[in-house]
Amino acid sequence: MSYTVAAGLGVLAALAVDLLILRTRLVLRRVWWVSYAIVVVFQLITNGVLTGRRIVRYDPDQILGLRIVYAPVEDLLFGFAMVLITLSTWVWLGRRGVQYEPRAGRRR
Amino acid sequence: MRFSYVAVLAFCFLGTLWLELFLKVNVYRRWRRLLLALAPTVVLFVAWDLAAIAAGHWSYDPAQLVGVVLPGRLPLEELLFFLVIPTCAILGFEAVRAVRGWPAGDEPR
Repeated sequence: MSYTVAAGLGVLAALAVDLLILRTRLVLRRVWWVSYAIVVVFQLITNGVLTGRRIVRYDPDQILGLRIVYAPVEDLLFGFAMVLITLSTWVWLGRRGVQYEPRAGRRR
Repeated sequence: MRFSYVAVLAFCFLGTLWLELFLKVNVYRRWRRLLLALAPTVVLFVAWDLAAIAAGHWSYDPAQLVGVVLPGRLPLEELLFFLVIPTCAILGFEAVRAVRGWPAGDEPR
């Protein structure tokens, strides 16, 4: 399986976690997309350093070859899946009563 | 050179710290929830990383790593990556919530 296929499956798995398994339905919410838009900007910067300086190197046969700020486009899918699974779990835990408080912005 | 990758992680960690200290997103303060939220991500994505290293999808420049290699040829930096970057994402998410007050689905009913 190439990185391209693995990354696509990773996104599908993350969407399944959010919509079907934990049912947090974050991808239907504005707060997710605004947060992700901020996160992805910083991903492009830091991942650009990791790939541009060739700290991480990719087998050209395992990627499409389309690159954004040095990084293979597959890395965007990898990052999307990682952030969605993390935030879905975070919200799910809060919904289950695990440290919903102290909420963001509260000084207590 | 050895500290290239660690420096990127330090930049991410330090660059988001102000959200906790000044915006009071209270993510590190909710450390039990944070650790529980990171656990599935660390397990799943370390497994992906190990499989990708074994399959030759990607590799790391040893000259730019501190040199601590975990089983499966996993650089220490990669394990740290799966702790630091998801934490940054949660900090960003909670910062958006703190500023805009949009619902995320975990509010008490």
